[in-house]
Amino acid sequence: MSDHSKSSPLPTYFAVFIALLIGTGLTVYAASLDLGPFNAPVALTIASIKATLVALFFMHVKGASEKLTKLVVIGALFFLLLLLGLTMTDYATRAWS
Amino acid sequence: MPQPERENYLNKEYGVWSWLLTTDHKRIALLYLISITFFFFIGGFFALLIRLELLTPAGDLVQADTYNKLFTMHGMVMVFFFLIPSIPAVLGNFLVPMMIGAKDLAFPRINLLSWYLYIIGGVMMLHCMLTGGVDTGWTFYAPFSTNFTNTKIVEAGLAIFIAGFSSILTGLNFVVTIHRMRAPGMTWSRLPLFIWAHYATSIIQLLGTPVIAVTIVLVACERALHLGIFDPRLGGDPLLFQHLFWFYSHPAVYIMILPAMGVVTEIIACFSRKRIFGYSFVAFSSIAIAVFGFLVWAHHMFVAGMSVYAALVFSLLSYAVAVPSAIKVFNWTATLYKGSIHYDAPMLYAFGFLGLFTIGGLTGLFLAALGINVHVTDTYFIVAHFHYIMVGGAVMGYLGGMHFWWPKISGKLYPEGWARLAALIVFIGFNLTFFPQFILGYMGMPRRYYDYSHMPEFQVLNVLSTAGATVLGVGYLLPMIYFLWSMRYGKPAPDNPWNAAGLEWKTSSPPTTFNFEVEPLVTWEAYNYEDLDASH
Amino acid sequence: MPDSTVVGLHNEEQHNPALLHHFAEPQQQRDAASLGMWVFLATEVMFFGGLFCAYLIYRLKYFGDFGAASKTLDVRLGATNTAVLICSSLTVVLAVWAAQTARRTLLIVSIGLTMVLGLVFLGIKGVEYNDKFVEHHVPGASFSFEKVPIPGHPNQYADPHHAQLFFSLYFVMTGLHALHMIIGLGIFLWLLIMAWKGRFTPEWHTPVEIGGLYWHFVDIIWIYLFPLLYLIDRHP
Repeated sequence: MSDHSKSSPLPTYFAVFIALLIGTGLTVYAASLDLGPFNAPVALTIASIKATLVALFFMHVKGASEKLTKLVVIGALFFLLLLLGLTMTDYATRAWS
Repeated sequence: MPQPERENYLNKEYGVWSWLLTTDHKRIALLYLISITFFFFIGGFFALLIRLELLTPAGDLVQADTYNKLFTMHGMVMVFFFLIPSIPAVLGNFLVPMMIGAKDLAFPRINLLSWYLYIIGGVMMLHCMLTGGVDTGWTFYAPFSTNFTNTKIVEAGLAIFIAGFSSILTGLNFVVTIHRMRAPGMTWSRLPLFIWAHYATSIIQLLGTPVIAVTIVLVACERALHLGIFDPRLGGDPLLFQHLFWFYSHPAVYIMILPAMGVVTEIIACFSRKRIFGYSFVAFSSIAIAVFGFLVWAHHMFVAGMSVYAALVFSLLSYAVAVPSAIKVFNWTATLYKGSIHYDAPMLYAFGFLGLFTIGGLTGLFLAALGINVHVTDTYFIVAHFHYIMVGGAVMGYLGGMHFWWPKISGKLYPEGWARLAALIVFIGFNLTFFPQFILGYMGMPRRYYDYSHMPEFQVLNVLSTAGATVLGVGYLLPMIYFLWSMRYGKPAPDNPWNAAGLEWKTSSPPTTFNFEVEPLVTWEAYNYEDLDASH
Repeated sequence: MPDSTVVGLHNEEQHNPALLHHFAEPQQQRDAASLGMWVFLATEVMFFGGLFCAYLIYRLKYFGDFGAASKTLDVRLGATNTAVLICSSLTVVLAVWAAQTARRTLLIVSIGLTMVLGLVFLGIKGVEYNDKFVEHHVPGASFSFEKVPIPGHPNQYADPHHAQLFFSLYFVMTGLHALHMIIGLGIFLWLLIMAWKGRFTPEWHTPVEIGGLYWHFVDIIWIYLFPLLYLIDRHP
């Protein structure tokens, strides 16, 4: 593990913790609003922000790790999006035939 | 006067438990060698029965249901228990640490766990076969596999799931090892291309296998609980199964071929006494194959009812995936040009690979074209296409690699004359078996049929194919016999019998348990054949 | 081979007993373990990914029916569980910090709290599963979803087959997630025992770090499952 002689990471951890709880409340609230087609994108955006916070700060992707860790994370997400996206090319365009 | 044998990884410890509890990557490689050879026999046995049935147009050897089981078990065993592990688990496990100058893989105990998972999966599959087997085809499509078959899908699926974990752990081990365990001076651009190939293979294993794993879970749940995920009567889509299945199973074919490409690269460089032409192109083409391989899976579904527009996209992408493979073929050819060619057995297999993989790959391009695909889907053209790559390519690569590194693995030399003869027999037998199948398929003979009596004109080509399979079988038996023979009676091998480049040749034959006495410091580029030949 | 769990405070220049023989130095071993866990988590992304793919397709296809089914899930329980896991991620990160700074008591308490929160999560999940069982929303022979209006379309009833599809995916996805939680609890039990025995030091506490990574990943999966499964259409 790299050097942690910097100031305590605790304030950051608690700040992220609070942010995650706020995000949870926000997403529940947003679901009760009628945003039309934007309900799902809003929910997923909030979820993604929360996930990013956990990854960056709790899993120490930010700062303490090397580029390789970031590459692994981005790589996994990329292939997940490939699975979802390319499969959708079939389902989204079947009605056209 | 006979010298006392030096201590090496084979004689360091004796006894069954020293093998079954080993964490030495070289011993684990041999455990895998024995296991996958065993499953190769099983899969080959099913192939023999298939070819025997097809000698005559009538379905007169076995019943239709039995025939369904034969080709299913042949496929499942060969794909999941032979081809996928073969080169990575045997040659990869043995060589990766040595090629990068390490004492072992990053996680030796996980390596052993990987073998045990393979064995557990294998025993489960054996039990499944012995108690009735599966008849869905190795592709176990829904809704037949989920709703209608009464064979042991869940057990077979579980066996494959467990074997899949073995594959994932091997890939994980290789990726971490290659990143973290390289000796000082072994930069990425000095790595043997065998390593690049295995790194790319590992990426596919890691990212693809989990998807078929969860698909198997869904099939099991569907079968047990009738959830409806793939059942049209309940709103499900059978094509979703195919999407999820092929998302893994197409990249899986690259798991099978990439390591063989790595082997062939090493062999061609050594037996042309030349640096590989276009090192970076070959290295990056391995990565490109791994990535592009994930973009093309629906080309297995063109006639299944998918959207035509999506089919266009996947067709285009399937053309693109051929490019990095072609780049490799060009670079191998350019390496051979003006090289000092030696026709030892490994090189004969490499030449076989070059020709047969090219044919298999080119026929893949035919299949990427939607029009031709519709015509030849579910015919023997497809069967011939993938056997050219899997057998003409991957298995030839495997055999070539086994011959090339046999002196290192066993400390003995195999008999070169017999080996060249066997290579020739394999080549002839292979082509006799599978070339007729291209013609049969194009003429319209369907695959997975046990009876073709409505098309008796196909018999001649089928007879040729079965004859070829017999020859091929002989060709495969020969190395098994003389490799075993060489362990007792073969000449002791020098440390570097081929005067080859690569850190693995700087170890003794066979190597000691920790490979290197002193951690190597690499100051030379890969494939430094000019230096090796100058100093010899 | 030296037992990798035997640790003490040693001068790193001597052979550290935690150092496995095939590594040249402790940092290499730590980096290998860390990369190994991250790569494993990548495989887990793809494992759950297949289920997310199935869910995505059917949700888009049967949006109204899925909305009706989703509305029968208890948002309060789901949100509470989300908060529970977020708290447990905090306790995990505190545990790692405690290990880094040689705070043995805090380490043990944090690991213990994480496990308690994990059990709370599973308990709430158990309550939810029971609710679904009682309401006949468990897919199978006794599944029933008659005359449930589609949200926003009070005159249209949801198709029971499609609702069953929702619940099939709900149970498989949350079930798989729960299985991973149980495995996580097992891992943390082992960490608790090791911490109790004083095995972790600022120089060596790799299992806490990589166990933590696994736990955070399970949290992240839930962060996505919650809105996807519970919050499709909650307009009043």
